[in-house]
Amino acid sequence: MARGFRSGGAAALALVLAAPLAGADEVIDDELVINGEIPIVTQAPAPEHVEAFSVIRSGWTFRSPETQAMEMDDFDNPAILGVEAARDDFDASLGANGESCASCHESPEDLAGVRAVYPKWDDAAGEVQTIEMQVNECVTERMGAEAWPYDASRMVNMSALMSFVSRGEIVNVAIDGPAAETWQQGKDMYYTRYGQLELSCANCHEDNYDNMIRADHLSQGMVNGFPTYRLKNTKLNSVHNRFKGCIRDTMAQTFSPGSPEFVALELYVASRGNGLSVEGPAVRN
Amino acid sequence: MADNVKPRVRVPSSATAGEVVTIKTLISHQMESGQRKDDAGNVIPRSIINRFVAAYNGETVIDVTLEPAISTNPYFEFQAKIPESGTMTFTWYDDDGSVYEDSQEITVG
Amino acid sequence: MTTLSRRDTMALGLGALAAAFVLPKVAVAATDDAIAAFTGGASVGQGGITLTAPEIAENGNTVPIEVSAPGAEAIMVLAAGNPNPDVATFNFGPLSGAQSASTRIRLAETQDVVAIARMGDGSFVEARQEVKVTIGGCGG
Repeated sequence: MARGFRSGGAAALALVLAAPLAGADEVIDDELVINGEIPIVTQAPAPEHVEAFSVIRSGWTFRSPETQAMEMDDFDNPAILGVEAARDDFDASLGANGESCASCHESPEDLAGVRAVYPKWDDAAGEVQTIEMQVNECVTERMGAEAWPYDASRMVNMSALMSFVSRGEIVNVAIDGPAAETWQQGKDMYYTRYGQLELSCANCHEDNYDNMIRADHLSQGMVNGFPTYRLKNTKLNSVHNRFKGCIRDTMAQTFSPGSPEFVALELYVASRGNGLSVEGPAVRN
Repeated sequence: MADNVKPRVRVPSSATAGEVVTIKTLISHQMESGQRKDDAGNVIPRSIINRFVAAYNGETVIDVTLEPAISTNPYFEFQAKIPESGTMTFTWYDDDGSVYEDSQEITVG
Repeated sequence: MTTLSRRDTMALGLGALAAAFVLPKVAVAATDDAIAAFTGGASVGQGGITLTAPEIAENGNTVPIEVSAPGAEAIMVLAAGNPNPDVATFNFGPLSGAQSASTRIRLAETQDVVAIARMGDGSFVEARQEVKVTIGGCGG
Protein backbone atom coordinates (compact mmCIF):
# COMPACT_ATOMS: atom_id res chain seq x y z
CA MET A 1 0.00 0.00 0.00
CA ALA A 2 3.05 2.22 0.06
CA ARG A 3 3.04 2.45 -3.71
CA GLY A 4 1.65 5.43 -5.50
CA PHE A 5 -1.43 5.83 -7.61
CA ARG A 6 -1.25 3.97 -10.87
CA SER A 7 -2.03 5.24 -14.32
CA GLY A 8 -5.64 5.50 -15.35
CA GLY A 9 -7.45 5.32 -18.67
CA ALA A 10 -5.98 8.33 -20.40
CA ALA A 11 -2.45 7.34 -19.55
CA ALA A 12 -3.06 3.82 -20.76
CA LEU A 13 -4.46 5.13 -24.03
CA ALA A 14 -1.23 7.04 -24.42
CA LEU A 15 0.55 3.78 -23.72
CA VAL A 16 -1.19 2.06 -26.57
CA LEU A 17 -0.43 4.90 -28.91
CA ALA A 18 3.17 5.16 -27.83
CA ALA A 19 6.04 3.17 -29.26
CA PRO A 20 5.86 -0.24 -27.59
CA LEU A 21 8.48 -0.45 -24.88
CA ALA A 22 9.60 3.10 -24.30
CA GLY A 23 6.01 4.20 -23.86
CA ALA A 24 5.24 1.29 -21.60
CA ASP A 25 8.14 2.08 -19.31
CA GLU A 26 7.09 5.67 -19.02
CA VAL A 27 3.47 5.07 -18.29
CA ILE A 28 3.22 2.16 -15.92
CA ASP A 29 6.15 2.49 -13.62
CA ASP A 30 5.25 -0.05 -10.97
CA GLU A 31 6.68 -3.44 -11.65
CA LEU A 32 5.63 -6.81 -10.43
CA VAL A 33 8.40 -8.71 -8.70
CA ILE A 34 7.03 -11.60 -6.68
CA ASN A 35 8.72 -12.23 -3.32
CA GLY A 36 11.29 -9.65 -4.34
CA GLU A 37 12.90 -12.29 -6.56
CA ILE A 38 10.69 -13.34 -9.49
CA PRO A 39 10.36 -10.52 -12.03
CA ILE A 40 7.14 -10.77 -14.00
CA VAL A 41 6.70 -9.30 -17.46
CA THR A 42 3.32 -7.58 -17.20
CA GLN A 43 3.50 -5.71 -20.50
CA ALA A 44 5.15 -6.61 -23.76
CA PRO A 45 4.98 -5.84 -27.46
CA ALA A 46 1.94 -7.57 -28.91
CA PRO A 47 2.63 -10.73 -30.88
CA GLU A 48 2.16 -10.41 -34.64
CA HIS A 49 -1.08 -12.36 -34.64
CA VAL A 50 -2.73 -9.84 -32.29
CA GLU A 51 -3.41 -6.98 -34.65
CA ALA A 52 -5.58 -4.91 -32.35
CA PHE A 53 -2.86 -4.09 -29.81
CA SER A 54 0.65 -2.76 -29.95
CA VAL A 55 1.22 -3.61 -26.30
CA ILE A 56 -0.23 -6.52 -24.38
CA ARG A 57 -0.83 -6.15 -20.65
CA SER A 58 -1.38 -8.62 -17.87
CA GLY A 59 -4.63 -8.28 -15.95
CA TRP A 60 -2.45 -7.29 -12.98
CA THR A 61 -1.91 -3.86 -14.54
CA PHE A 62 -5.66 -3.17 -14.44
CA ARG A 63 -6.18 -3.94 -10.75
CA SER A 64 -6.18 -1.62 -7.74
CA PRO A 65 -2.96 -1.13 -5.76
CA GLU A 66 -4.40 -3.24 -2.91
CA THR A 67 -5.23 -6.17 -5.18
CA GLN A 68 -1.87 -5.84 -6.93
CA ALA A 69 -0.08 -5.93 -3.58
CA MET A 70 -1.68 -9.25 -2.64
CA GLU A 71 0.24 -10.87 -5.47
CA MET A 72 3.65 -9.41 -4.66
CA ASP A 73 4.37 -11.73 -1.74
CA ASP A 74 3.37 -15.38 -1.69
CA PHE A 75 2.41 -15.12 1.94
CA ASP A 76 -0.18 -12.47 1.09
CA ASN A 77 -1.54 -14.48 -1.86
CA PRO A 78 -4.29 -16.89 -0.71
CA ALA A 79 -3.92 -18.86 -3.98
CA ILE A 80 -0.81 -20.40 -2.48
CA LEU A 81 -3.07 -22.41 -0.14
CA GLY A 82 -4.18 -24.27 -3.28
CA VAL A 83 -0.60 -24.68 -4.46
CA GLU A 84 0.34 -26.28 -1.14
CA ALA A 85 -2.65 -28.62 -1.27
CA ALA A 86 -1.55 -29.68 -4.77
CA ARG A 87 1.98 -30.40 -3.54
CA ASP A 88 0.49 -32.95 -1.13
CA ASP A 89 -1.51 -34.45 -3.99
CA PHE A 90 1.59 -34.55 -6.18
CA ASP A 91 3.24 -36.98 -3.78
CA ALA A 92 0.15 -39.09 -3.04
CA SER A 93 -0.25 -42.46 -4.78
CA LEU A 94 -3.43 -42.72 -6.73
CA GLY A 95 -5.24 -45.58 -8.36
CA ALA A 96 -4.39 -49.20 -9.03
CA ASN A 97 -0.78 -48.75 -10.09
CA GLY A 98 0.42 -47.30 -6.78
CA GLU A 99 1.99 -44.40 -8.61
CA SER A 100 2.02 -40.71 -7.82
CA CYS A 101 2.92 -37.69 -9.95
CA ALA A 102 6.27 -37.86 -8.14
CA SER A 103 6.91 -41.39 -9.49
CA CYS A 104 7.68 -39.88 -12.90
CA HIS A 105 8.28 -36.20 -12.15
CA GLU A 106 10.46 -36.06 -9.09
CA SER A 107 9.18 -32.69 -7.94
CA PRO A 108 6.73 -30.12 -9.28
CA GLU A 109 9.76 -27.96 -10.04
CA ASP A 110 10.81 -30.57 -12.64
CA LEU A 111 7.84 -29.33 -14.63
CA ALA A 112 9.01 -25.71 -14.68
CA GLY A 113 8.30 -24.16 -18.06
CA VAL A 114 5.49 -26.52 -18.98
CA ARG A 115 2.73 -24.01 -18.30
CA ALA A 116 4.34 -21.49 -20.66
CA VAL A 117 3.70 -23.64 -23.76
CA TYR A 118 0.21 -24.96 -22.91
CA PRO A 119 -2.31 -25.57 -24.39
CA LYS A 120 -0.22 -27.66 -26.75
CA TRP A 121 -0.69 -30.14 -29.59
CA ASP A 122 -0.32 -33.74 -28.41
CA ASP A 123 0.70 -36.11 -31.20
CA ALA A 124 -0.39 -39.31 -29.48
CA ALA A 125 -3.80 -37.93 -28.60
CA GLY A 126 -4.13 -36.16 -31.94
CA GLU A 127 -5.52 -33.04 -30.31
CA VAL A 128 -4.62 -29.85 -28.52
CA GLN A 129 -4.36 -30.49 -24.80
CA THR A 130 -4.64 -28.19 -21.83
CA ILE A 131 -2.67 -28.73 -18.61
CA GLU A 132 -5.81 -30.22 -17.07
CA MET A 133 -6.16 -32.75 -19.91
CA GLN A 134 -2.50 -33.69 -19.54
CA VAL A 135 -2.95 -34.16 -15.77
CA ASN A 136 -5.92 -36.41 -16.40
CA GLU A 137 -3.94 -38.41 -18.95
CA CYS A 138 -1.40 -39.13 -16.20
CA VAL A 139 -4.09 -39.81 -13.60
CA THR A 140 -6.02 -42.29 -15.74
CA GLU A 141 -3.45 -43.90 -18.04
CA ARG A 142 -0.36 -44.00 -15.84
CA MET A 143 -1.88 -44.22 -12.39
CA GLY A 144 -5.00 -46.16 -13.30
CA ALA A 145 -7.21 -43.83 -11.28
CA GLU A 146 -10.53 -42.18 -12.04
CA ALA A 147 -10.24 -38.97 -14.03
CA TRP A 148 -10.53 -35.82 -11.95
CA PRO A 149 -13.51 -33.63 -12.86
CA TYR A 150 -12.15 -30.88 -15.10
CA ASP A 151 -13.08 -28.02 -12.81
CA ALA A 152 -12.80 -29.70 -9.38
CA SER A 153 -10.79 -27.83 -6.78
CA ARG A 154 -8.22 -30.63 -6.81
CA MET A 155 -7.65 -30.07 -10.53
CA VAL A 156 -7.60 -26.28 -10.22
CA ASN A 157 -5.05 -26.61 -7.42
CA MET A 158 -2.81 -28.87 -9.54
CA SER A 159 -3.10 -26.47 -12.44
CA ALA A 160 -2.14 -23.65 -10.04
CA LEU A 161 0.93 -25.62 -8.97
CA MET A 162 1.92 -26.01 -12.63
CA SER A 163 1.66 -22.23 -13.04
CA PHE A 164 3.50 -21.63 -9.77
CA VAL A 165 6.61 -23.56 -10.83
CA SER A 166 6.69 -21.73 -14.18
CA ARG A 167 6.27 -18.21 -12.85
CA GLY A 168 8.41 -15.73 -14.70
CA GLU A 169 8.79 -17.96 -17.79
CA ILE A 170 7.63 -16.25 -20.96
CA VAL A 171 4.37 -17.53 -22.43
CA ASN A 172 5.09 -19.02 -25.83
CA VAL A 173 2.15 -21.05 -27.07
CA ALA A 174 2.52 -22.59 -30.53
CA ILE A 175 -0.20 -21.56 -32.96
CA ASP A 176 1.06 -23.14 -36.16
CA GLY A 177 1.53 -26.69 -37.41
CA PRO A 178 -1.01 -29.18 -36.12
CA ALA A 179 -2.37 -26.65 -33.58
CA ALA A 180 -3.34 -24.18 -36.31
CA GLU A 181 -6.82 -25.54 -36.88
CA THR A 182 -7.76 -25.47 -33.18
CA TRP A 183 -6.22 -22.02 -32.88
CA GLN A 184 -8.36 -20.75 -35.76
CA GLN A 185 -11.43 -22.24 -34.10
CA GLY A 186 -10.56 -20.36 -30.92
CA LYS A 187 -9.98 -17.15 -32.84
CA ASP A 188 -13.35 -17.47 -34.56
CA MET A 189 -14.97 -17.91 -31.14
CA TYR A 190 -13.18 -14.84 -29.81
CA TYR A 191 -14.84 -12.69 -32.46
CA THR A 192 -18.26 -14.38 -32.32
CA ARG A 193 -21.03 -12.46 -30.60
CA TYR A 194 -22.76 -14.61 -28.01
CA GLY A 195 -25.99 -14.33 -26.08
CA GLN A 196 -28.87 -11.93 -25.92
CA LEU A 197 -26.41 -9.10 -25.34
CA GLU A 198 -24.60 -10.09 -28.54
CA LEU A 199 -21.15 -9.60 -27.10
CA SER A 200 -17.96 -11.18 -28.32
CA CYS A 201 -14.80 -11.48 -26.24
CA ALA A 202 -13.37 -8.74 -28.46
CA ASN A 203 -16.17 -6.28 -27.75
CA CYS A 204 -15.03 -5.98 -24.14
CA HIS A 205 -11.40 -7.05 -24.05
CA GLU A 206 -10.23 -5.60 -27.36
CA ASP A 207 -12.52 -2.68 -28.18
CA ASN A 208 -13.04 -1.50 -24.60
CA TYR A 209 -10.17 -2.59 -22.43
CA ASP A 210 -9.19 0.06 -19.89
CA ASN A 211 -12.76 1.38 -19.92
CA MET A 212 -15.14 0.77 -17.05
CA ILE A 213 -18.01 -1.68 -17.43
CA ARG A 214 -20.13 -0.38 -14.58
CA ALA A 215 -17.60 -0.56 -11.74
CA ASP A 216 -15.17 -3.00 -13.34
CA HIS A 217 -11.97 -1.94 -15.00
CA LEU A 218 -11.92 -4.00 -18.20
CA SER A 219 -8.67 -5.79 -18.91
CA GLN A 220 -7.32 -7.21 -22.15
CA GLY A 221 -8.58 -10.59 -21.01
CA MET A 222 -5.15 -12.20 -20.78
CA VAL A 223 -4.97 -15.60 -19.10
CA ASN A 224 -1.28 -15.65 -18.07
CA GLY A 225 -2.37 -15.20 -14.43
CA PHE A 226 -4.59 -18.30 -14.33
CA PRO A 227 -5.65 -20.15 -12.34
CA THR A 228 -6.54 -17.01 -10.41
CA TYR A 229 -7.66 -16.40 -6.85
CA ARG A 230 -10.66 -14.12 -7.15
CA LEU A 231 -11.72 -11.80 -4.35
CA LYS A 232 -15.27 -12.25 -5.64
CA ASN A 233 -15.53 -15.92 -4.68
CA THR A 234 -12.38 -16.24 -2.53
CA LYS A 235 -11.07 -19.31 -4.31
CA LEU A 236 -8.94 -20.41 -7.23
CA ASN A 237 -10.71 -20.21 -10.58
CA SER A 238 -9.75 -22.03 -13.76
CA VAL A 239 -9.52 -20.32 -17.14
CA HIS A 240 -12.52 -22.29 -18.38
CA ASN A 241 -14.54 -21.30 -15.34
CA ARG A 242 -13.80 -17.66 -16.17
CA PHE A 243 -14.79 -18.18 -19.83
CA LYS A 244 -18.02 -19.71 -18.62
CA GLY A 245 -18.75 -16.69 -16.44
CA CYS A 246 -18.09 -14.27 -19.31
CA ILE A 247 -20.28 -16.12 -21.79
CA ARG A 248 -23.04 -16.58 -19.21
CA ASP A 249 -23.01 -12.84 -18.61
CA THR A 250 -23.74 -12.24 -22.29
CA MET A 251 -26.98 -14.12 -21.46
CA ALA A 252 -26.00 -17.10 -23.57
CA GLN A 253 -26.01 -20.82 -23.06
CA THR A 254 -22.39 -21.37 -22.19
CA PHE A 255 -19.96 -24.18 -22.95
CA SER A 256 -18.67 -26.49 -20.23
CA PRO A 257 -15.22 -26.39 -18.66
CA GLY A 258 -13.15 -28.97 -20.55
CA SER A 259 -15.28 -28.76 -23.70
CA PRO A 260 -13.47 -28.72 -27.08
CA GLU A 261 -14.78 -25.18 -27.61
CA PHE A 262 -13.13 -23.88 -24.44
CA VAL A 263 -9.92 -25.77 -25.20
CA ALA A 264 -9.75 -23.98 -28.54
CA LEU A 265 -10.60 -20.64 -26.95
CA GLU A 266 -7.94 -21.17 -24.27
CA LEU A 267 -5.31 -21.88 -26.93
CA TYR A 268 -6.21 -18.71 -28.82
CA VAL A 269 -6.46 -16.47 -25.74
CA ALA A 270 -3.25 -17.89 -24.28
CA SER A 271 -1.47 -17.14 -27.57
CA ARG A 272 -2.58 -13.50 -27.35
CA GLY A 273 -0.40 -13.33 -24.24
CA ASN A 274 2.74 -14.70 -25.90
CA GLY A 275 5.47 -12.47 -24.50
CA LEU A 276 4.01 -11.95 -21.01
CA SER A 277 5.25 -13.99 -18.05
CA VAL A 278 3.44 -16.92 -16.57
CA GLU A 279 2.01 -15.16 -13.53
CA GLY A 280 -0.46 -17.63 -12.03
CA PRO A 281 -1.74 -18.25 -9.56
CA ALA A 282 -2.57 -14.55 -9.61
CA VAL A 283 -5.00 -12.46 -7.55
CA ARG A 284 -7.85 -10.68 -9.32
CA ASN A 285 -11.12 -9.06 -8.28
CA MET B 1 -13.52 -29.62 12.37
CA ALA B 2 -14.13 -27.58 9.27
CA ASP B 3 -12.63 -29.05 6.09
CA ASN B 4 -9.04 -28.51 5.01
CA VAL B 5 -8.14 -25.98 7.66
CA LYS B 6 -4.46 -25.28 7.30
CA PRO B 7 -2.53 -22.58 9.14
CA ARG B 8 0.43 -20.75 7.63
CA VAL B 9 2.70 -18.46 9.63
CA ARG B 10 5.68 -16.35 8.71
CA VAL B 11 8.09 -15.69 11.56
CA PRO B 12 11.78 -14.79 11.33
CA SER B 13 14.00 -17.63 12.55
CA SER B 14 16.34 -15.28 14.41
CA ALA B 15 16.26 -11.88 16.07
CA THR B 16 18.37 -9.67 18.29
CA ALA B 17 17.38 -9.31 21.95
CA GLY B 18 14.48 -6.87 22.25
CA GLU B 19 13.94 -6.68 18.48
CA VAL B 20 10.47 -5.99 17.13
CA VAL B 21 9.65 -8.45 14.34
CA THR B 22 6.78 -8.65 11.85
CA ILE B 23 4.58 -11.74 11.98
CA LYS B 24 2.12 -12.78 9.29
CA THR B 25 -0.52 -15.49 9.63
CA LEU B 26 -3.06 -16.96 7.23
CA ILE B 27 -5.41 -19.85 7.84
CA SER B 28 -7.58 -21.55 5.24
CA HIS B 29 -11.16 -21.23 6.49
CA GLN B 30 -14.45 -20.46 4.79
CA MET B 31 -15.59 -18.02 7.52
CA GLU B 32 -19.25 -18.69 6.79
CA SER B 33 -20.90 -15.48 7.92
CA GLY B 34 -24.39 -16.72 8.78
CA GLN B 35 -25.75 -14.07 6.38
CA ARG B 36 -25.77 -16.20 3.25
CA LYS B 37 -28.52 -18.46 1.93
CA ASP B 38 -28.17 -21.73 0.05
CA ASP B 39 -29.89 -22.49 -3.26
CA ALA B 40 -33.04 -23.59 -1.41
CA GLY B 41 -33.22 -20.24 0.39
CA ASN B 42 -32.18 -21.56 3.80
CA VAL B 43 -29.72 -19.53 5.84
CA ILE B 44 -26.31 -21.23 5.92
CA PRO B 45 -25.40 -21.33 9.61
CA ARG B 46 -22.52 -19.22 10.83
CA SER B 47 -19.22 -21.10 11.12
CA ILE B 48 -16.17 -18.95 11.72
CA ILE B 49 -12.92 -18.77 13.57
CA ASN B 50 -13.86 -16.48 16.45
CA ARG B 51 -10.55 -15.96 18.22
CA PHE B 52 -6.85 -15.90 17.35
CA VAL B 53 -4.02 -15.69 19.87
CA ALA B 54 -0.28 -15.32 19.32
CA ALA B 55 1.97 -15.77 22.36
CA TYR B 56 5.72 -15.92 22.86
CA ASN B 57 7.09 -18.13 25.62
CA GLY B 58 3.60 -18.06 27.11
CA GLU B 59 3.22 -14.26 27.10
CA THR B 60 0.53 -12.74 24.90
CA VAL B 61 1.53 -10.81 21.81
CA ILE B 62 -1.95 -10.29 20.38
CA ASP B 63 -5.38 -11.70 21.15
CA VAL B 64 -7.96 -11.05 18.45
CA THR B 65 -11.72 -11.42 18.54
CA LEU B 66 -12.98 -12.21 15.04
CA GLU B 67 -16.49 -11.53 13.79
CA PRO B 68 -18.16 -12.78 10.58
CA ALA B 69 -16.93 -9.64 8.79
CA ILE B 70 -13.41 -11.06 8.65
CA SER B 71 -12.76 -12.35 5.11
CA THR B 72 -12.40 -15.98 4.04
CA ASN B 73 -8.92 -17.32 4.87
CA PRO B 74 -8.30 -14.93 7.80
CA TYR B 75 -5.07 -12.99 7.46
CA PHE B 76 -3.26 -11.05 10.19
CA GLU B 77 -0.06 -9.07 10.26
CA PHE B 78 1.30 -7.66 13.52
CA GLN B 79 4.48 -6.88 15.47
CA ALA B 80 6.06 -8.87 18.29
CA LYS B 81 8.85 -7.98 20.71
CA ILE B 82 11.41 -10.77 21.11
CA PRO B 83 13.27 -10.54 24.46
CA GLU B 84 15.03 -13.92 24.30
CA SER B 85 15.11 -17.20 22.35
CA GLY B 86 11.87 -19.13 22.48
CA THR B 87 8.72 -20.31 20.79
CA MET B 88 5.95 -18.30 19.18
CA THR B 89 2.66 -20.16 19.42
CA PHE B 90 -0.41 -19.46 17.32
CA THR B 91 -3.91 -20.66 18.22
CA TRP B 92 -7.12 -20.32 16.23
CA TYR B 93 -10.48 -21.13 17.86
CA ASP B 94 -13.31 -22.38 15.62
CA ASP B 95 -17.04 -21.91 16.35
CA ASP B 96 -17.35 -25.71 16.23
CA GLY B 97 -14.95 -26.12 19.15
CA SER B 98 -11.94 -27.07 17.03
CA VAL B 99 -8.62 -25.52 17.93
CA TYR B 100 -5.86 -25.15 15.33
CA GLU B 101 -2.29 -24.61 16.45
CA ASP B 102 1.07 -23.80 14.94
CA SER B 103 4.39 -22.76 16.46
CA GLN B 104 7.75 -21.45 15.36
CA GLU B 105 11.12 -21.14 17.12
CA ILE B 106 13.02 -17.87 17.21
CA THR B 107 16.71 -17.83 18.14
CA VAL B 108 18.16 -14.73 19.75
CA GLY B 109 21.88 -14.68 19.11
CA MET C 1 -59.95 -2.62 -9.10
CA THR C 2 -58.14 -0.09 -6.99
CA THR C 3 -56.98 3.22 -8.29
CA LEU C 4 -54.41 5.15 -6.33
CA SER C 5 -55.36 8.77 -5.71
CA ARG C 6 -52.69 11.41 -5.88
CA ARG C 7 -52.75 11.55 -2.07
CA ASP C 8 -52.27 7.76 -1.80
CA THR C 9 -49.36 7.96 -4.16
CA MET C 10 -47.77 10.72 -2.12
CA ALA C 11 -48.31 8.76 1.06
CA LEU C 12 -46.58 5.77 -0.47
CA GLY C 13 -43.74 8.00 -1.51
CA LEU C 14 -43.43 9.39 2.00
CA GLY C 15 -43.47 5.88 3.39
CA ALA C 16 -40.63 4.89 1.12
CA LEU C 17 -38.78 8.05 2.07
CA ALA C 18 -39.25 7.25 5.76
CA ALA C 19 -38.04 3.70 5.21
CA ALA C 20 -34.98 5.01 3.46
CA PHE C 21 -34.12 7.03 6.56
CA VAL C 22 -35.09 4.43 9.10
CA LEU C 23 -32.99 1.55 7.75
CA PRO C 24 -29.59 3.20 8.07
CA LYS C 25 -30.57 4.33 11.56
CA VAL C 26 -30.74 0.70 12.66
CA ALA C 27 -27.17 0.19 11.52
CA VAL C 28 -26.10 3.46 13.12
CA ALA C 29 -27.74 2.40 16.39
CA ALA C 30 -25.98 -0.97 16.28
CA THR C 31 -22.66 0.78 15.71
CA ASP C 32 -23.35 3.22 18.54
CA ASP C 33 -24.26 0.30 20.80
CA ALA C 34 -21.05 -1.52 19.91
CA ILE C 35 -19.01 1.61 20.62
CA ALA C 36 -20.81 2.16 23.94
CA ALA C 37 -20.17 -1.45 24.93
CA PHE C 38 -16.46 -0.98 24.21
CA THR C 39 -16.06 2.43 25.85
CA GLY C 40 -18.56 2.01 28.69
CA GLY C 41 -20.03 5.31 27.55
CA ALA C 42 -16.81 7.30 27.96
CA SER C 43 -16.21 10.15 25.51
CA VAL C 44 -14.13 9.34 22.45
CA GLY C 45 -11.42 11.70 21.21
CA GLN C 46 -9.56 12.07 17.95
CA GLY C 47 -5.89 11.64 17.10
CA GLY C 48 -3.35 9.07 18.10
CA ILE C 49 -4.98 6.40 15.98
CA THR C 50 -4.53 5.67 12.30
CA LEU C 51 -6.85 3.65 10.10
CA THR C 52 -5.55 2.75 6.65
CA ALA C 53 -8.10 1.48 4.14
CA PRO C 54 -8.58 1.89 0.39
CA GLU C 55 -10.81 4.75 -0.74
CA ILE C 56 -12.37 2.37 -3.24
CA ALA C 57 -12.42 -1.37 -2.58
CA GLU C 58 -12.17 -3.44 -5.73
CA ASN C 59 -14.29 -6.11 -4.09
CA GLY C 60 -16.15 -5.82 -0.80
CA ASN C 61 -15.36 -9.45 0.02
CA THR C 62 -11.73 -8.75 0.76
CA VAL C 63 -10.81 -5.24 1.85
CA PRO C 64 -7.34 -4.82 3.36
CA ILE C 65 -7.20 -2.54 6.41
CA GLU C 66 -4.56 -1.57 8.94
CA VAL C 67 -5.06 -0.01 12.37
CA SER C 68 -2.37 1.55 14.52
CA ALA C 69 -2.57 3.34 17.88
CA PRO C 70 0.75 3.56 19.72
CA GLY C 71 0.16 2.91 23.42
CA ALA C 72 -3.24 1.28 22.95
CA GLU C 73 -4.39 -1.70 24.98
CA ALA C 74 -7.00 -2.67 22.42
CA ILE C 75 -8.41 -1.53 19.10
CA MET C 76 -11.94 -2.35 17.99
CA VAL C 77 -12.87 -2.21 14.30
CA LEU C 78 -16.45 -1.69 13.16
CA ALA C 79 -18.11 -1.56 9.75
CA ALA C 80 -21.00 0.82 10.29
CA GLY C 81 -22.98 -0.27 7.22
CA ASN C 82 -22.74 -4.03 7.60
CA PRO C 83 -25.76 -6.06 8.79
CA ASN C 84 -23.71 -6.63 11.94
CA PRO C 85 -21.16 -3.85 12.47
CA ASP C 86 -18.68 -5.89 14.52
CA VAL C 87 -15.48 -6.76 12.63
CA ALA C 88 -12.67 -7.52 15.07
CA THR C 89 -11.06 -6.45 18.32
CA PHE C 90 -7.29 -6.55 18.67
CA ASN C 91 -6.07 -6.89 22.27
CA PHE C 92 -2.35 -6.19 22.60
CA GLY C 93 -0.34 -8.21 25.12
CA PRO C 94 2.91 -7.45 26.94
CA LEU C 95 5.02 -8.73 24.02
CA SER C 96 3.22 -6.70 21.38
CA GLY C 97 5.94 -4.93 19.40
CA ALA C 98 3.69 -2.14 18.15
CA GLN C 99 0.02 -1.54 18.72
CA SER C 100 -0.90 -2.11 15.11
CA ALA C 101 -2.40 -4.88 13.03
CA SER C 102 -3.50 -5.58 9.46
CA THR C 103 -6.28 -7.85 8.27
CA ARG C 104 -8.81 -8.28 5.44
CA ILE C 105 -12.48 -7.55 6.01
CA ARG C 106 -15.90 -7.83 4.36
CA LEU C 107 -17.90 -4.72 3.57
CA ALA C 108 -21.46 -5.17 2.36
CA GLU C 109 -21.69 -1.73 0.75
CA THR C 110 -20.10 1.70 0.70
CA GLN C 111 -19.78 2.76 4.33
CA ASP C 112 -17.61 4.09 7.14
CA VAL C 113 -15.04 1.82 8.72
CA VAL C 114 -14.47 2.85 12.33
CA ALA C 115 -11.49 2.05 14.56
CA ILE C 116 -11.59 2.87 18.29
CA ALA C 117 -8.62 2.43 20.59
CA ARG C 118 -8.64 2.04 24.34
CA MET C 119 -5.42 3.71 25.43
CA GLY C 120 -3.19 2.76 28.36
CA ASP C 121 -4.66 5.61 30.47
CA GLY C 122 -8.22 4.40 29.91
CA SER C 123 -9.13 7.08 27.39
CA PHE C 124 -10.60 6.35 23.94
CA VAL C 125 -9.79 7.70 20.50
CA GLU C 126 -11.30 6.92 17.12
CA ALA C 127 -10.58 7.19 13.43
CA ARG C 128 -13.03 6.58 10.65
CA GLN C 129 -12.87 6.43 6.90
CA GLU C 130 -15.39 5.92 4.17
CA VAL C 131 -14.66 2.98 1.88
CA LYS C 132 -16.55 2.90 -1.41
CA VAL C 133 -17.53 -0.61 -2.36
CA THR C 134 -18.09 -1.04 -6.06
CA ILE C 135 -20.82 -3.18 -7.54
CA GLY C 136 -19.26 -5.45 -10.11
CA GLY C 137 -19.77 -4.90 -13.81
CA CYS C 138 -19.78 -8.39 -15.20
CA GLY C 139 -17.72 -10.13 -12.59
CA GLY C 140 -18.26 -13.40 -14.42
